[in-house]
Amino acid sequence: MIKVENLRFSYFDKEEVLKGINLEIYEGEFIAIMGENGAGKTTLIKHFNGLLKPSSGRVLVDGIDTRKTSVASLAKLVGLVFQNPDHQLFCETVWDEVAFSLKNFNYSEDVIKARVKKILEILDLTKYSNSSPFTLSGGERKRVALASVLVWDPKYIVLDEPTIGQDYRQKERLRNFILQLVTQGKSVIMVTHDVEFVAECHPRVILLSKGRIVADGPAEEILSNEEFVNECSLELPQISKLMKALKDLGVNQKIIDVYSAKSYLVKMLKR
Amino acid sequence: MSLRVFDGFKFKKLNTPIHKMDPRAKFMFIIVIFALSLLFTNLIGLTILFLIQLPLILLAKCGKKWLKTMKGTAFFAILIFIMNFITGSSFAFSLAMTIRFLTLVSSFSLFFMTTSPDDLGLALEQMKIPYPLVFTFTTAVRLVPTIAIDAQTVIDAQKSRGLELEKGNLIKRVKNFIPILIPLIVSAIRRSMELAEALESRGFNASKKRESYITLKFSKLDYITLILTILLLIFGIYIKLYVSLPQIDLPIKFPTISFYKTFLKS
Amino acid sequence: MNEPIIHIKNLTFTYAGLEKPSIKNINFNAYRGEFIVLTGPSGCGKTTLCRCLNGLIPNFYSGEMKGEVYVCGLNTKEHSTSELAKHVGFVFQNPENQLFSLTIERDVAFGLENLGLPKKEIKERVEWALKVVGITHLREKAPYELSGGQQQKAAIASVLSMKPEIIVLDEPTSFLDPKSALEILKVIQNLNKQFGITVILVEHRLDFVAQFANRIVIMNDGEIALDGEPSKVLTEEAYLLGVGIPKVTLLFHQLKQENFKFNKTPVTIEEAAIELRRLLK
Repeated sequence: MIKVENLRFSYFDKEEVLKGINLEIYEGEFIAIMGENGAGKTTLIKHFNGLLKPSSGRVLVDGIDTRKTSVASLAKLVGLVFQNPDHQLFCETVWDEVAFSLKNFNYSEDVIKARVKKILEILDLTKYSNSSPFTLSGGERKRVALASVLVWDPKYIVLDEPTIGQDYRQKERLRNFILQLVTQGKSVIMVTHDVEFVAECHPRVILLSKGRIVADGPAEEILSNEEFVNECSLELPQISKLMKALKDLGVNQKIIDVYSAKSYLVKMLKR
Repeated sequence: MSLRVFDGFKFKKLNTPIHKMDPRAKFMFIIVIFALSLLFTNLIGLTILFLIQLPLILLAKCGKKWLKTMKGTAFFAILIFIMNFITGSSFAFSLAMTIRFLTLVSSFSLFFMTTSPDDLGLALEQMKIPYPLVFTFTTAVRLVPTIAIDAQTVIDAQKSRGLELEKGNLIKRVKNFIPILIPLIVSAIRRSMELAEALESRGFNASKKRESYITLKFSKLDYITLILTILLLIFGIYIKLYVSLPQIDLPIKFPTISFYKTFLKS
Repeated sequence: MNEPIIHIKNLTFTYAGLEKPSIKNINFNAYRGEFIVLTGPSGCGKTTLCRCLNGLIPNFYSGEMKGEVYVCGLNTKEHSTSELAKHVGFVFQNPENQLFSLTIERDVAFGLENLGLPKKEIKERVEWALKVVGITHLREKAPYELSGGQQQKAAIASVLSMKPEIIVLDEPTSFLDPKSALEILKVIQNLNKQFGITVILVEHRLDFVAQFANRIVIMNDGEIALDGEPSKVLTEEAYLLGVGIPKVTLLFHQLKQENFKFNKTPVTIEEAAIELRRLLK
């Protein structure tokens, strides 16, 4: 479990970015952290692997206090995938790039070989093993960045804006992949403002605004709530807007995704 | 000396008379302070030059940042003092040299904290420096904080993959900078490409004749400053040539080798 | 009115150093005042096509270009990018890398200074562009002081001040939160409706933009696969090409499979609500 207790944080002597966050994230949970730009989302997730230490309060990862532990140790539990893969790619081959973290964690050569091979297969990157990561397309580079974090099999996987610039198919693939990870018992935490993507995934949604948590609950509850959504510079999912337009017909207002909408409407129409 | 000392050279937009001044007038003032501080070796003279800047720094609301810069350069300041003192100079002289160093740092810090790169660029342009050169300069200045943020992101990303920058012997530490440098350089190149594309699309270099939308004009304050600056220069030269300033000193001298010899003999 | 403002004939382009062409056999006409959304899976050639519209291809990006591109009557092979910039404005994805000055006002003036216009005219156009986009109150601000949405508005104003007849926008809302994204799209819609500026908007998230477009062009693998009115183009076929058709449209395709009948395939929420209302009564 990741436990956040009364977390307050400000950079140097500037204004407070996080104003008292209390949060519990359990194993095997799928969470979307959403909120307007500047709400503190990225600042919050950087506390999970110790990149940032609390100004006051504390963050415990499986009982370990992040204030007293190095980023390298915490990284073994919490894998953080940054938004822009170009901020981390530097190796001559995709293979080396993915193996980099395992070398840092001092795994043996045999284990490295096995794990890198496996993750490249899972993410459909085997054909690029010997290619330079710089020659790949944007979407492929994002997959390499993801592979280079998943390769050490962290318990908690944190994704910062994983859907920006991705086309529909890439997002579908990502969604299925995340759901697979969750079934395997991993916790997946994603920071995003892609409302439609979240609506189709049904994670637990935590809404951050101006450094505070304003809402925490299932996606259907949070994303169909106009007040919450407006406070955080988000929009209601399209399906939700449709349901709202038909409110007077007594339609269920908590439906946010296409599949549920279809099932519900088919039932209603067949009556 | 941490990177924080560079904060003292970073422009911040504030609404003070100093910020609003024409950069050319400010620059004249800095140059004169520079010249005079080189001219004088007297402790009192240099201290006065140093103190002249303090009300200006306060007026520009840059006091806190200036203090940080002073703290940041303390190491070098002390070094200068020691170097002078050990090689036999008097206490007063060594102190004077330290103050000269701090005066120079302060004056340039004051200039850069109160002058936006855009205004600086305009000043250079109006001094007939070719526009593409000026643009290169202002863009470089503009990109410094952006690239600094990129650098921090790259470091964070690699630390999150288990990279430990603090550990290992010298060779390992140098090697550990490759995962930082390469993404940084690649990002910088990508950024430049995007900027270049955007520039092309906005007609950059389309016309040889380029009239700037905003031109710098001297205000009353700028003229007054210019006149005062010239008077200061004249006054300073006069003092140097014709007035002997009192010498304050402490009767301390760094023990020289001959002193040790005599000490050991006895 | 019947002369296309963009006329592309048999266009094929291969970037220098690559073996395969990024776009092939493109034949495309756009007419004054259209609001065209250009979309397609990653790598389909959308960005490459856009670059051909303002001369970045072939002037900035080298490679082999076959075929002809005419924009506002000008052949892009025979005119510099800066000349074409008077007719075609380009707004890029990342707001940070297309704002050059330390104040928004100067950025909006930047393109006009480049064109060598006299100061008086620059001043008039800057005022106008700031007002149309609704950011006059931000004129003294520096780009880094603004939110992503405000920065993109500034970028649009900077392009608008050059009074182009066509504005091309390459995924301008990628980095923006949903609220800002919609604001930007409304600004663009206003430019199209009020000033008749032809808009070419590249976007993945059709949920947001389908409602504004009067024409959608879907590319795939370097070629134009579908081209026409939104309700005609956003079909099963588009979905199978990997295009993220609006959720309401997807819903209706699925309901059609359950044998429900509709008058019109909805592309916007309003249209969907009307259809459903009819069915539910």
